[in-house]
Amino acid sequence: MVAVTPETGTSGTVDGAVDGQSADLGAQLRADFDAAVAADERVEPRDWMPEEYRASLVRQMAQHAHSEIIGMQPEANWITRAPSLRRKAILMAKVQDEAGHGLYLYSAAETLGTSRDELLDKLHSGKQKYSSIFNYPTLTWADVGAIGWLVDGAAITNQVPICRCSYGPYARAMVRICKEESFHQRQGYELLLALSQGTEAQHAMAQDAVDRWWWPSLMMFGPPDDESAHSAQSMAWRIKRHSNDELRQRFVDIAVPQAESLGLTLPDPDLKWNEERGHHDFGAIDWAEFWDVLKGNGPCNEQRISQRRTAHEEGAWVREAASAYAAKHTSTGREVQA
Amino acid sequence: MTETRTAAALALGDDALILSHRLGEWAGHAPVLEEEVALANIALDLLGQARVLLSLAGDEDELAFLREERSFRNLQLVEQPNGDFAHTIARQLYFSFYQHELYTVLAAGDGPFAPLAAKAVKETAYHRDHAEQWTLRLGDGTEESRARMRAGLDALWKFTGEMFLPVEGLDLDQAALEALEARWLAAVGGVLERAGLALPEGPRTGAWAAGAGRQGLHTEPFGRLLAEMQHLHRSHPGASW
Repeated sequence: MVAVTPETGTSGTVDGAVDGQSADLGAQLRADFDAAVAADERVEPRDWMPEEYRASLVRQMAQHAHSEIIGMQPEANWITRAPSLRRKAILMAKVQDEAGHGLYLYSAAETLGTSRDELLDKLHSGKQKYSSIFNYPTLTWADVGAIGWLVDGAAITNQVPICRCSYGPYARAMVRICKEESFHQRQGYELLLALSQGTEAQHAMAQDAVDRWWWPSLMMFGPPDDESAHSAQSMAWRIKRHSNDELRQRFVDIAVPQAESLGLTLPDPDLKWNEERGHHDFGAIDWAEFWDVLKGNGPCNEQRISQRRTAHEEGAWVREAASAYAAKHTSTGREVQA
Repeated sequence: MTETRTAAALALGDDALILSHRLGEWAGHAPVLEEEVALANIALDLLGQARVLLSLAGDEDELAFLREERSFRNLQLVEQPNGDFAHTIARQLYFSFYQHELYTVLAAGDGPFAPLAAKAVKETAYHRDHAEQWTLRLGDGTEESRARMRAGLDALWKFTGEMFLPVEGLDLDQAALEALEARWLAAVGGVLERAGLALPEGPRTGAWAAGAGRQGLHTEPFGRLLAEMQHLHRSHPGASW
């Protein structure tokens, strides 16, 4: 989207302008931006964009990046206890991918004028959020499979449309991330299938995990459309393509036949096919629980953020050493950091 | 595979398996995101090596999950707890330089480990570089990082002797082992010198006897590592995963 790049510099000068000429320019930039987004063109880092668009993207991308990083914890919880070497390798690779996704997303967010350090500080101080799903504990090995199948499945349903998001760097990051996520989801499904078809105890373990992760997975799509604060604007800006409820319905319709082929049930007595709508009807979500977890009162909120903070604080001396080394070796020219 | 070859596969496979496990404990706790990726990457390489080696000796899962402490043949060095980041880097420095030298020798031969060694040489070159780069940064970073690096190197030094004792089935004679050790000392010593550090002094005889790990005599933290690693597998005898 090059058409709206102004020669006059940053959005700040335009937004803060008082004289008539600049105000006209501001209105023109805004109109050009709106037209370009409506025409499905991509916004790139150097393009003019409304401050609210920038802020909204930073918020969403940061939250997305934080979710990848915090999301490592519930799964890493099982790395040292994985029941076979093959499963252990798969799980390690997955957790490694998540750290990589976090890195892509922080880089993409940095194109909007923020920094990874700033975003991490906001995560650690609770000013920015991460997906509420990661505040639930992984109590058995089957939870690793349920996370892959349901949590990654919900994430993919949410994220595939972001591959066409109006902001170029975010859209491109999502293309790479979605490929890896689809792979993780298949692995999670396959893990659950092995348990479901295994011994009686393994089958029960798989069913218990699905029972515990089903509803939190549906909550990943966010509040119902009429209570979603950012939805309308995000859709107008083509950051978002579908409403929360639309995506949730799509996910339920995909998950139901998958549960059947797994030989597992979903914990919802109201779940049934509705011929007229061509969709599955499903029971009411416990929104009180959702808001409670979001407010910090889920089973693992404190634990997750505290582990993140501790890793960061205990790693401070390592980062300081790397900076000191780089400073010494860059300034003397003896050796430049790789 | 002959009995002695099996013994060698177990010794090298156990080293890789146990160190991989220790590095896996870092997931979600690393000082910087790039290290989450790097440590997991090294852990995965090692786990891959372990799976090939243990499969040469038998069933990889039976060997990993159903042997008890006294049957493991890994070096005591690799079972040592992670400690702080410098401690982990010191362990990586000692071990990855050893592994790289060893696999270079094995890759050049025509023994049963040559194909595995050829692949592992490439991986261990990366591990060695990672350990070296961090040793330089920590040794030549801040006063605190230098003190921590020094402490890690000192604490683990005593476990380095058993890397150069004969391993049944590897066919390395005394002269080859001495040459291996000399190259290791020169390479590790060179990194430490560039980091403004020196090779530690003192005996290198392990916890109580050099070579004990290869005989199935381990240090106390190892039993706890196995308890965690094996618990789930042992709770479901005969199940497949």
